[in-house]
Amino acid sequence: MNELFGIPLAALLGQLVLGLVNGSFYALLSLGLAIIFGMLHIINFAHGALYMMGAMLAWMALHYFGLGYWQALVLVPPLVGAFAVAVERTLLRRIYRLDPLYGLLLTFGLALVTGGAFRHAFGAGGQPYAIPPQLAGAIDLGFMFLPKYRAWVIAVSLAVCLASWYVIEKTRLGAYLRAATENPKLTQAFGINVPIMVMLTFGCGAALAALAGVLAAPTTQVSPLMSSNMIITVFAVVVIGGMGSILGAVLTGLGLGLIEGLTKVVYAEASSTVVFVVMAIVLALRPAGLFGKEK
Amino acid sequence: MTATEYLRVSDLHAFYGESHVLHGIDFTVRRGECVALLGRNGAGRTTTLRALMGLTGRRTGSIMINGREAIAMAPHRIAQLGVGYCPEERGIYASLSAEENLLLLPQVGSGGMSVAALYEMFPNLAERRHSQGTRLSGGEQQMLALARILRTGARLLLLDEISEGLAPVIVARLAEVIAELKRRDYTIVLVEQNFRFAAPLADRMFVVEHGQIAAEIAQHELAARMPYLQELLGL
Ligand SMILES: Nc1ncnc2c1ncn2[C@@H]1O[C@H](COP(=O)(O)OP(=O)(O)O)[C@@H](O)[C@H]1O
Ligand SMILES: [Mg+2]
Repeated sequence: MNELFGIPLAALLGQLVLGLVNGSFYALLSLGLAIIFGMLHIINFAHGALYMMGAMLAWMALHYFGLGYWQALVLVPPLVGAFAVAVERTLLRRIYRLDPLYGLLLTFGLALVTGGAFRHAFGAGGQPYAIPPQLAGAIDLGFMFLPKYRAWVIAVSLAVCLASWYVIEKTRLGAYLRAATENPKLTQAFGINVPIMVMLTFGCGAALAALAGVLAAPTTQVSPLMSSNMIITVFAVVVIGGMGSILGAVLTGLGLGLIEGLTKVVYAEASSTVVFVVMAIVLALRPAGLFGKEK
Repeated sequence: MTATEYLRVSDLHAFYGESHVLHGIDFTVRRGECVALLGRNGAGRTTTLRALMGLTGRRTGSIMINGREAIAMAPHRIAQLGVGYCPEERGIYASLSAEENLLLLPQVGSGGMSVAALYEMFPNLAERRHSQGTRLSGGEQQMLALARILRTGARLLLLDEISEGLAPVIVARLAEVIAELKRRDYTIVLVEQNFRFAAPLADRMFVVEHGQIAAEIAQHELAARMPYLQELLGL
């Protein structure tokens, strides 16, 4: 059997893998957005900029300091996380008492400023970033060739999402996080330092975005503009999954990546819009999103 | 301040945004003492406890807890002085199981009760440990809200309307628990609408009116002051 409904099986599987790769990025990014929203009640419009920073810093590390992919993978996410912590301390914390709209405006402004700064310094053109030699090439699965780097991206992002889910749902730190998300004031009155948790949550969410950026660097042209398409889709993913649901963010991200991949095979013209069609349908049927709770 | 004084609240004012709710609350609680804050609905008793925990808006005055000034402290620092707070709405977390609710709170003092001892004190909680916190009955949620602050080693307990809306047998059980805690030398502030519940437990009662302390009544004065209380509380 090498065809399914008249579609060559290898092409179908290839697109599904590509869909899963995209879904992995959606999952990592919407996971970060969801935990940030849960704790800070801010829709972080700077999330795409943090993703772009991750990829740009990986490229800069190589270009200026000769630090390769593996070093970047370890160093860049904490660096971007630290940048986000500084932003939280100096800017975001001032607006928690205000209407959430201010958070949206502030992070949108931050996204414009960081995007502009990187464009000013490096131009808008894309830079290539090589796949590390250990992950170059493909594995022959018999029925298809699986590029190693794609498998790696899927594996890392699944592992990171699973680990985040475990920490949040099964550990003491996660119980603090859930409690502080549900009732921050009371949780603080029980002796838990909630302001520090809020700060670290923003840092971790940002680090996840940067990790996605480093992972994405070898799969695309690294440029200050690389996040613009990605982030629009990610916001659609968050709307579909329901704001604030961790599991919802991850599953919806992966699922929509797959749907996009399938659409490319079946009806390629619709592949860039299918996510928004799904979003419209979900909003019509379940306004709070697939995994969201109705208020 | 005398050595036995555990909580001294002086000229406490508290605000919710622009609205000025507490107008100079003054009272003290001695170590091991149980006091009740009585008053009509809206008098400012819940706000007093919330102000003690740093949960209102702006507040001024002085709150001495075990010799430390807490008026400018953040809520988590106040809790870490050894204060356990049981809010009026109970505050059981829906996103945590009953047992996670019980284990959530960090230690704020030494000598907290063990989980085993708490399950012995509240056997229902042991049975329901894996249920979602808010699936518990009202009485069970109240037991849980009390049990989780007893685990932390807090010595000063601020309990807001713990008997509210519960069946008489559960209220009776809670009264036994409070009596037991008094024997164990906890310092307790009970905010109560239920006079019959609070009166036998409290060493002293403070009547709160319009965000101030209107009267202080010691246990031995109770009989003589009953007409006043009946009038004031509409008993
Ligand atoms: N969050 C709030 N914002 C504004 N006013 C409040 C708030 N909570 C309580 N109040 C007001 O403060 C006063 C005291 O309320 P409260 O302390 O709850 O009284 P009690 O517990 O004695 O019934 C009431 O007039 C109430 O309307
Ligand atoms: Mg009240």
